[in-house]
Amino acid sequence: MDLSYGAEYEAFRAQVRDFIEAHRDQAPKGEGMRSPEALNWQKLLIEHGYAARTIPKAYGGFGAQPDVLISRIIAEEFASAQVSRGLGGQGISMLVPTLLEVGSEEQRQAFIRPTIHGEMIWCQGYSEPGAGSDLASLRTAAVLDGDEWVVNGQKIWTSTAHLADWIFCLVRTEPDAPKHQGISFLLFRMDTPGIEIRPLVDMTGAANFNEVFLTDVRVPKQQIVGARGEGWQVANAILRHERDSLGDPNVMLSRLNALIKLMQSETIDGRRVIDLPAYRDRLMRIQGRVMALGFNDMRILSARINQRDAGLARMVVKLQGTELRHELEQLGIDAMGELGLAYGENPHLRDHGSWQIHYMYYLGLIIGGGTSQIQKNIISERGLGLPREPKAAATA
Amino acid sequence: MDFGLSEEQTLFQDTLNNFLGDQVGLERVRRIASEEESANTVWAELAELGVSALLVPEDHGGVGLEPLDAAIAAECLGHHATPSPFLGSAVMGPTALSLAGGQGERLGRLAAGELRIGAAFGEAIAARAEAGVSAAGGRLNGRALYALDYGADEYLVADASRSLHLVATGDLEHRPLATVDKTRSTGELVFKNSPAILLSDDPAHFQAVLDAGRVMLAADTLGAAQNMLDQAVAYAKEREQFNRPIGSFQAVKHMCAEMAAQLEPCRAMVWYASHALGEVPEEAHLTACHAKAHLAEVGTFVARTATEVHGGMGFTELLGLHYWFKRIGFNRQALGAPELVREEAARAQQLAL
Repeated sequence: MDLSYGAEYEAFRAQVRDFIEAHRDQAPKGEGMRSPEALNWQKLLIEHGYAARTIPKAYGGFGAQPDVLISRIIAEEFASAQVSRGLGGQGISMLVPTLLEVGSEEQRQAFIRPTIHGEMIWCQGYSEPGAGSDLASLRTAAVLDGDEWVVNGQKIWTSTAHLADWIFCLVRTEPDAPKHQGISFLLFRMDTPGIEIRPLVDMTGAANFNEVFLTDVRVPKQQIVGARGEGWQVANAILRHERDSLGDPNVMLSRLNALIKLMQSETIDGRRVIDLPAYRDRLMRIQGRVMALGFNDMRILSARINQRDAGLARMVVKLQGTELRHELEQLGIDAMGELGLAYGENPHLRDHGSWQIHYMYYLGLIIGGGTSQIQKNIISERGLGLPREPKAAATA
Repeated sequence: MDFGLSEEQTLFQDTLNNFLGDQVGLERVRRIASEEESANTVWAELAELGVSALLVPEDHGGVGLEPLDAAIAAECLGHHATPSPFLGSAVMGPTALSLAGGQGERLGRLAAGELRIGAAFGEAIAARAEAGVSAAGGRLNGRALYALDYGADEYLVADASRSLHLVATGDLEHRPLATVDKTRSTGELVFKNSPAILLSDDPAHFQAVLDAGRVMLAADTLGAAQNMLDQAVAYAKEREQFNRPIGSFQAVKHMCAEMAAQLEPCRAMVWYASHALGEVPEEAHLTACHAKAHLAEVGTFVARTATEVHGGMGFTELLGLHYWFKRIGFNRQALGAPELVREEAARAQQLAL
């Protein structure tokens, strides 16, 4: 057991701290993703290697070798300083790694630099009304007509579609092939004629998602990633990135600290909520679980550094992390009691209503990105080796 | 950075698991549980493997290893539901004697497996109405219930003011107390002006010994729960109903997945909490409390769910699964039930008055 990062890494940590202290005035404070402050900050972060660190210089990145501990130190320092880590979004976190793995040289040249600099915003066109957990049954069709794909169908749960310049989209190009082998991965502009975006208001009241209707959308033939019919493999590489990126223990820990503060400030009949044993015990139970997941994360980190597969420790993170976060937010609401019902414009709102919003938002994350039930299938089949459910047709 | 077990530790774990699997299987556990054989014979064999000497300093004939190594042993013992006086004689005893100082001779005999020390801490943690221990003038009076590792040569006793004493078995009245867990032995100790060696009146020493004991119980639960999960998964692959292995039904496989999802992070937690006992003193108490309480909760869930996966067979004596079920139940209550330990965790952070 060696928990030290080593002198070389601690020196790097000191550099990150110096950078943050010297430049934190320039960091954006909650402006939109296209604000000049956000774009300038992103550029500065890339120049210093704190964003797009491992993206090759040829594509506009910093060009460093991947180093798990370096990434972790950057994340830790920006989180503890509460300074923006730069731009996120599905283009940066999902499309860019995919293009680096399977994109053509032309595609890398065209898309990576503007994407990581925040000049090209992407949305993800995967789920459909009839293809959720069973994503591979998607039906949005693309038919080749001369030098163009003609796309028809409907996508749903499309975050940031209303802000995006481009979409990376799964479409069925081989209708006669088995369902996993008939899918292709297309890239196209969101201002192409035939695209209609309708906001989808979720239970929090926000329109975080959209429905995207595609009618005779014409896409140049070469805007396909990977070969025809290989879209499923491309998509799976991305889904792995998405699942691995959920459940950051730093975020969970700072939220737990906020919960402790809330319970120390809220009172019932003049007594602080934290002084009531029933509430305090729930808090301690949650703290124990947050701790266990934090140590589990250290184990995963260590496995990555030493190039071992963390196995089950990794597979349980999405399931455990989202469920725990939802319960943590719920305790925040319960600590407020009736005040925890406050929503929207209400003079008694605490912490800008973040407990109520997160309580619902994290229910969304329990469902999104592979539902808890899909996670359990993965854990039991790939982690524990239990047999797959027989196909419905085979048992009929 | 390397968060996990070293090669030597993995080797030790494999050696111990192989020994217990080969020599102390379920049939032998049954013999000991029904008192056809004494747990002392197992302890003598474990002492030959060095298990009794893990935490004894090298100067006194021990191996001088870390609490993490002891947690590995505890996990193995839990995995095989092994009856042994490990907690008192290999963890709480040597920890207390090392902190007290001047106990080299006893430490040497502990390391050799020649001395067995039980632990009576219950009254200092949460005294029930019919028990309590007080000390005055080198003598103990009162009653301790559910002293751990009953049948020992001496007992490590914590009194109401959290001082640590050592009392020879010949200087007290005692009788065994039957519990649900036949892989453990507990007893009632009655002190009537019993002469006692005061090991320490420093509450920090009491706390350190208690923290170590709690982490080892958490490690024991980790091993026991992992075994129950492994048995449930194996059974779900093999048992067929409706012409299918029951493990192909989502209702069953999701029970297994939920067990794995809750249990797997516990492994890292036990590693860290035991490592902290020796190496991260400022975090040791809090992580020990949380490891004890969290493993109690997860262990209880796994014990129940793994039994259910086995259906009616899980409920039988025949299968033997109940030994692990009861052992996990024992670990939950011993040295502080989860509610009490979480309250200590809150106090350790000044979150409770």
